[in-house]
Amino acid sequence: MTCTEFLAQLDEMLDQDAAIPLRADLQEHLEDCEHCEITLSTTRKTIEIYRSHELYALPDDLRERLHKAILAKCKKC
Amino acid sequence: MAAYEKLVKQYDRQVFRIAQHIVQNREDAEDVVQDAFLKAYEKLDQFQGNSKFYTWLVRIAVNESLMRLRKRRTGRMVSIDEDVETEEGSMPRDLADWSPDPEALYGQSEMGDILRKTIQGLPPGFRVVFVLRDVEGLSTEETAETLGLSIPAVKSRLLRARLQLRERLSRYFKRGQKQQAQDGVK
Repeated sequence: MTCTEFLAQLDEMLDQDAAIPLRADLQEHLEDCEHCEITLSTTRKTIEIYRSHELYALPDDLRERLHKAILAKCKKC
Repeated sequence: MAAYEKLVKQYDRQVFRIAQHIVQNREDAEDVVQDAFLKAYEKLDQFQGNSKFYTWLVRIAVNESLMRLRKRRTGRMVSIDEDVETEEGSMPRDLADWSPDPEALYGQSEMGDILRKTIQGLPPGFRVVFVLRDVEGLSTEETAETLGLSIPAVKSRLLRARLQLRERLSRYFKRGQKQQAQDGVK
């Protein structure tokens, strides 16, 4: 398996839903290729880091204001 | 109305987050939240029930967000197909491992700034796929349905978005590692 072929299957590795025979090939490539091993681990970390940080929290006061505005508009419909 | 209020409370945070990611402006995001919930309410009778209410609502919010973005750019068309033909993100280049863990290098607020700046640099068509799939946890099928894209198109954009973000974050994290090493020497 080449690095390009591995990269084409990166999503399957990240999403853990690769069919088992394919997963074995991917795993074998990873054992001998530091380049792809780092690509996989840092891409996985990228997803984790974005998932675990709330970048745009909705503050309570704004939330309340939005609720009132939405419900007032809906009532007028 | 009480039932709808419950739905607003259930999904307002997600809609706000998605809108902010697309429009990158808080005022516009507030307007998107209001307009999306209002439109969804007006069109409730058109909701088929063959998709989840949430994905239907997200589709409305994404469309509203893209419209806002277009208005802000004085009428220039903005679509989820914009700038997706970039070469970046095809083969990873910046291949330093992220060790120590980047989260140990930066405080919560500094990390938040880095993550916002990095994702804002992605073309909207990549950003929205990454946000729906990886941040909000929609499935590939739901993301495709929400955006009106094919499943292969979602997969391809997701891969490019993930690789571009990884590459861009690597530049920060490498810098952070260097700084830490220098501080250690002093």
